[in-house]
Amino acid sequence: MKTLPAVDAVIVGGGWTGLLMAQQLASRTSMSVVVLERGAPRKTSDYLDNMDELDYAIRLRMMQDISKETVTFRHSERDRALPVRQYGSFLPGAGVGGAGEHWSGISYRYVPDSFDLLTKTKEKYGAKRLPEDHAIQDWGVSYAALEPHYTRTERLMGISGKAGNLNGKLIEGGNIYEGPRSEEYPTPPMKMPYLAALFRDATKSLGYHPYPLPAATTSQPYTNPDGVSRAGCSYCGYCERYGCMIGAKSQPTNTLMPLLAKRKNFTLRPGCWVKRVTVEDGQARAVTYIDAAGEEVFQPAGIVFLASWTLNNTRLLMLSKVADPHKNLGRNLTHQISIPAATVFMEKPLNRFIGAGSAGIAMNDFDADVFDHSNVPFLRGGHIYTVCYGFRPMANFGVMPPSQKAAWGSAWKKAALDAYDRTGRISFYGEHLSYKGNVMDLDPVYKDAQGDPLLRLTLDWRDNERNMAKFMAEKATGIARAMGAREVTPFPGLKSYDATRYQSTHIQGGAIMGASPESSVVNSYLQHWHANNLFVIGSSAFPQNPSGNPTLTAMALTYRAADAIVERYVKRPGSLV
Amino acid sequence: MKRRQFLTVSAATVGGALVYTLDRRPYVVSAQDKPVRVPLRFFTEAEALDVAAAAARILPNDEAGPGANEAGVVIYIDRQLAGPYGRDRYRYTQGPFENGIPEQGYQGKATPREIYREGVRKIAGIAKLAAAEQDATLKQIETTSFFTLVKTHTIEGMFCDPMHGGNIDMIGWQLIGFPGPRMTYFEEVDSHYGNPFRPKPQSLRQIVGRPVKASEDEA
Repeated sequence: MKTLPAVDAVIVGGGWTGLLMAQQLASRTSMSVVVLERGAPRKTSDYLDNMDELDYAIRLRMMQDISKETVTFRHSERDRALPVRQYGSFLPGAGVGGAGEHWSGISYRYVPDSFDLLTKTKEKYGAKRLPEDHAIQDWGVSYAALEPHYTRTERLMGISGKAGNLNGKLIEGGNIYEGPRSEEYPTPPMKMPYLAALFRDATKSLGYHPYPLPAATTSQPYTNPDGVSRAGCSYCGYCERYGCMIGAKSQPTNTLMPLLAKRKNFTLRPGCWVKRVTVEDGQARAVTYIDAAGEEVFQPAGIVFLASWTLNNTRLLMLSKVADPHKNLGRNLTHQISIPAATVFMEKPLNRFIGAGSAGIAMNDFDADVFDHSNVPFLRGGHIYTVCYGFRPMANFGVMPPSQKAAWGSAWKKAALDAYDRTGRISFYGEHLSYKGNVMDLDPVYKDAQGDPLLRLTLDWRDNERNMAKFMAEKATGIARAMGAREVTPFPGLKSYDATRYQSTHIQGGAIMGASPESSVVNSYLQHWHANNLFVIGSSAFPQNPSGNPTLTAMALTYRAADAIVERYVKRPGSLV
Repeated sequence: MKRRQFLTVSAATVGGALVYTLDRRPYVVSAQDKPVRVPLRFFTEAEALDVAAAAARILPNDEAGPGANEAGVVIYIDRQLAGPYGRDRYRYTQGPFENGIPEQGYQGKATPREIYREGVRKIAGIAKLAAAEQDATLKQIETTSFFTLVKTHTIEGMFCDPMHGGNIDMIGWQLIGFPGPRMTYFEEVDSHYGNPFRPKPQSLRQIVGRPVKASEDEA
């Protein structure tokens, strides 16, 4: 094993949060900052080659190498966990920029009451309404404390959208159910493809409040406050599972790397697979990794940040046996509910190859607690939306309306051709509560390519999610009729958690944040309770999975932690709370 | 050493057929006057002919337009099986292998290559049968994982970028009105509501102006 000279800060993972922390530390302090990234370097000019559905959307070229490492999965502790052998319900990225390179760019803030969910739900509905084995808890940080950091993130990325609540003033055409924002979005909403326009008109006619999705696929050329300029979106339809060839989709490589590349105190080491964090006497001392040449390296550091993909953060803490006296590590595993609430078959062609990962319309009339839950069999809710991300043929040819029964041959082909450019989806993203039975630990049987145990997920839906999905599928079917769909396939219902059906890559929790060491792994500055120079950043910190997509919240928490580190910790190391 | 196998694609199979795109504009694929001998990477010639026959019954050449044979689907499948996908480079393949529940996904040990080799044996000779008999043969296997794979790969081979061996002459893309990769739709995104917009397809190679490395050619 090779031992390198100590550095001031080492960051495990070169995705959105890791590179943002690196950028903050490297530009605001003189600290030496090293980022260890498992995958390869990337840049915008690499991405012209990836407009290929087979290699990127089917063979998943941008994802972590599943042949080397995966997770095992079971529904309950009574069941036997088996490895997820091919990607299904989520897609972890690898390479510089991480999953932030191949995201869709839908950029939500969480609604204010997400952050004190336990308190607010008890106040309004009483403790009896909480599910029997729930593990719901407050975050230890408020929306008001995060608001400035959400604004910074939106300006960093140039998010396109329309405010619905500007300093408490509700604005028609924006999301009137969002938390109050201090500023309008940096860029105007995206143009809308046909299906999204149909959805907008139908939901409006039904008395709902549709608004354009907040989009990191920026609607026009944009220069951010750091001076980084990016192109406007061209609606080419290659976002999710692809990197943006013109840099219009905000990604770590086009938004943060241009700044980091100029810093002499910043070093990026790609191809490095971190195996352990060494923690002794309540202090992180070093990380051990296998470098690109296969050699084991010991890297001492003053501060250690874990910023790998959410499940990997939890696994690395477990493998490193970091102190966990209150058995909090691995708790509150959640996965954002994501369903095709209704598949619609329209009369006219949709030209649905046109689009962008966040070109779409949503309505939040059934989100969070914006409607009264006294007489519905579930708590919370989510967004009903349609996004025209640019549908491609391999994934979509053969999606048939309910009236067609043939599965192959001439009759099938004829029906598939007729349905092909007339098919669209009304989707639903929903909140996933936390439960005592949904947890992670190390698998006793299966190993990764290095011989370390895989992470074991124990995860299943409860009636709250099933009842919510049923309710939303009915609402979506109503919207589909109002859109003039000639046929509709409602979502058949959530049964048990299915690791083979893609949901979203928003699987969260495991190293959750909170107000006390008895009930959380990190404090609200993402600082480990039992090692104050160890920070665990990213959505592994989220105690529940609110309905919206997590990136902006992960970034806002990172900015907030970075401020505390730069302004307080580097001068006087110790607990930030 | 194994003798190199070829698949002969006849001039009558590829080219000359009058087809229709979704919006009913006629389109003629470029005619070829000579048969093309395609070197096979995985299949024997007999296997390739049988897989081609199965794919052509799943997506037939009929009055609605060309099918799997015209697109060269079997060439696509042969290359995929010969490459990293065929030997399960994209799957976690450490044991022990146990039977799971459907929500845990495919847990088998067999690679796509092995599934094909075994599956083709069960339909051996299908290429020589009449269409109705071919359908009857496929009916008997339509619930097997082999059939599911062939159907998935038929769709992939029909609509992949031509660099992967299928979708010859972008015949599959023309059939459904898919333009392939394209740099921008900024003007078109909101100016064709309800009307078909069908630009002439271009392949990735045409867009980027040089060859692009396909996954099947990687280690």
